[in-house]
Amino acid sequence: MIKYVWLVPFFPLIGVLINGILGWKLEKINKGIIHWIACGAVGLSFLVVWMIFRELLNLPPEHRHFEIIVYNWFTSGVLSVNVAYLVDPLSITMSLFVTGVGFLIHVYSIGYMGHDEGRYYRYFTYLNLFMFSMINLILANNFVLMFLGWEGVGVCSYLLIGFWFENKEFASAGKKAFVFNRIGDFGFVLGMFLLFFSVGKYTDIYTLNFYNAMSHVKFIPVAVASAVGILLFIGATGKSAQIPLYVWLPDAMAGPTPVSALIHAATMVTAGVYMVARCAPLYLHGHSAMEIVAIIGGVTSFFAATMAIAQYDIKKVIAYSTISQLGYMFLGVGVAAFSAGVFHIVTHSFFKALLFLGAGSVIHALSGEQDMRKMGGLKDKIPVTYWTFLIACLAISGIPGLSGFFSKDEILGKTFASGHYFLWFLGTVTAGLTAFYMFRVLFMTFFGESRVEPDVAKHIHESPATMTVPMIILAVLSAIGGYIGVPHLLGGSNRIESFLEPSFSYGGIETENLFHHVPAGTEYFLMIIAVLVGLAGIYVAYLFYMKNKSIPENLVKKYPTLHKLLYNKWYIDEIYEAVFEKPGHFLGSVLWMIWDELIVDGIVKGVSNIVRGIGCGLRFVQTGSVQFYAVGVLLGIVITVTYFLNF
Amino acid sequence: MHSHVVVLFLSAFLFSIGAIGVLVRKNAIIVFMCIELMFNAANLALVGYSHFLKSIDGVMLVLFVLAVAAAEAGVGLALFVLLFRNKGTIDVDKLNILKW
Repeated sequence: MIKYVWLVPFFPLIGVLINGILGWKLEKINKGIIHWIACGAVGLSFLVVWMIFRELLNLPPEHRHFEIIVYNWFTSGVLSVNVAYLVDPLSITMSLFVTGVGFLIHVYSIGYMGHDEGRYYRYFTYLNLFMFSMINLILANNFVLMFLGWEGVGVCSYLLIGFWFENKEFASAGKKAFVFNRIGDFGFVLGMFLLFFSVGKYTDIYTLNFYNAMSHVKFIPVAVASAVGILLFIGATGKSAQIPLYVWLPDAMAGPTPVSALIHAATMVTAGVYMVARCAPLYLHGHSAMEIVAIIGGVTSFFAATMAIAQYDIKKVIAYSTISQLGYMFLGVGVAAFSAGVFHIVTHSFFKALLFLGAGSVIHALSGEQDMRKMGGLKDKIPVTYWTFLIACLAISGIPGLSGFFSKDEILGKTFASGHYFLWFLGTVTAGLTAFYMFRVLFMTFFGESRVEPDVAKHIHESPATMTVPMIILAVLSAIGGYIGVPHLLGGSNRIESFLEPSFSYGGIETENLFHHVPAGTEYFLMIIAVLVGLAGIYVAYLFYMKNKSIPENLVKKYPTLHKLLYNKWYIDEIYEAVFEKPGHFLGSVLWMIWDELIVDGIVKGVSNIVRGIGCGLRFVQTGSVQFYAVGVLLGIVITVTYFLNF
Repeated sequence: MHSHVVVLFLSAFLFSIGAIGVLVRKNAIIVFMCIELMFNAANLALVGYSHFLKSIDGVMLVLFVLAVAAAEAGVGLALFVLLFRNKGTIDVDKLNILKW
């Protein structure tokens, strides 16, 4: 089955072609055909990945590496790029959950988008196109094909954020996401070029193939490797919404909620973490780049969590939570705990997709209401949504036994063991904040008295089965997903780590002394602290939003500046506007008026005016008299003959 | 004077008459006849050289020129007939609408 890996991106591509070309017709005949094609395509991809995964498990670990070349894309000088897919534990782990969660969200979309008339086919075409790009990004065996997927998911993200483009605000949210991604992609491209030339210069091997490039990365100077790592990481900050390029993600919530779940929580935004993990030898070699990854990750996770606690839009809270959790993942890969980072990607994709689907279900039940101040008391009215949401909240808060606990603890433990004590502290505080804001959402939405507006309240209904079944499956996965990586400390064998390890360790760079030995007692202690902080967060949320609702109001009154700062997200958007947008706009107007209008247009119009003037003068030579022309001919002959006779 | 100089002078003389006629006469048919005169001046030079150089090439070329001139006369005269029908004149000074 491994040699048929090209089927994985092939199925969604077929879905795109059928729905993209014939969808407008199919929608008039029967909407069912459209979603059967779209969901079926992703479902088949998932089955293929699953079979490859089974096959991989049966092989000895050192043989779990295949590169399947589909065809030669282009060859130019020393650079030869194939459309080729890499099958190794890392890429298969990623594609397994991407196609799996993707399939569930496709099914969920049937219910959620059912009321959208006229462009149902367009939605599913974009969604399939996204799956195609994302699979290319993950399975690519070289940077160029990865970049194709990288850009492709950006385009789909843009298209789907602005899906309801009649609303100007939504359309500009799409543009914002695209622009910020492009800034990051610029860094990615530069990093790719620098890696290509530096590996070529020092080893004479010109390649963009991951395996070749990463096996030889240890021969280039550390400073160059760090530069490459930083440039690539700039790309990752754009795609994975990290400081300083994270501001597009909260606005991306303008898109349909399943899109937020699929693209802006579970899959696309983890591409940056995946890329860093994929380039593990590069980052191990250029360790200052890795240090930056860890710091940015840790700071982002804390920073975004503080912004999440003061938001009232249910999707915005979860969006900031996503940024925060992505920060955790970068913290993980940044301290060389690559498998812990990837483990957190997987568990996060389960519970965060579930949180978004739950939020979507709430929004669906309330006819589009997203403000948590107009919710409340929904626990008994939409019980399935409530129970699944509760499981997701417990998982993300790191309650022992659920998936988030294992992966988060793995990252925090590794951070501590690598000696980044401050980042460990930030991460632990963030764990408390995470529990607080998630339970704030839970209490404000599902508990207390109903603050729903009366005419909306009449329509409250549990979502259809196409929506609840994916949520239940994800809830089960959120609960048990962590057992693929039970740490040795708790009597497990951390299977995901031993499975993934070969994908990171081929660069020939020593990683042994990166981590100090931490005694078991300390490890237990750290784990207990993290859990206690999480529980404290839940308790504070309970105190604030269930028991004594005047506390938050009093706090706001007591610290109005702090609340305003948090509510307005530290004014980062405004600062960006003042620092980049306004001067950019000014520079643009100046260049437009002086350079473009005056100089460029002046030259263009000047040339045309000169030509016209000469033409105006010379046209009077054309008299229309045949004999005048004959004189001309004769004179020409005389001059020519005289010339040739004399010289 | 050598006889080939006489032939050349005659050819040049005929050519000049033709050229001046093309430039000064107003009647299209006269202009056309002057062009024929220029052709024949050239033909004369060709035949003359053919004779002096004992080569058949010049004569061959003249035959071609005659054939082309005949065809051209057919087309040209037909044009004049049509011009006269449409415009009522074949004065070349009056046929000058194709200008600036």
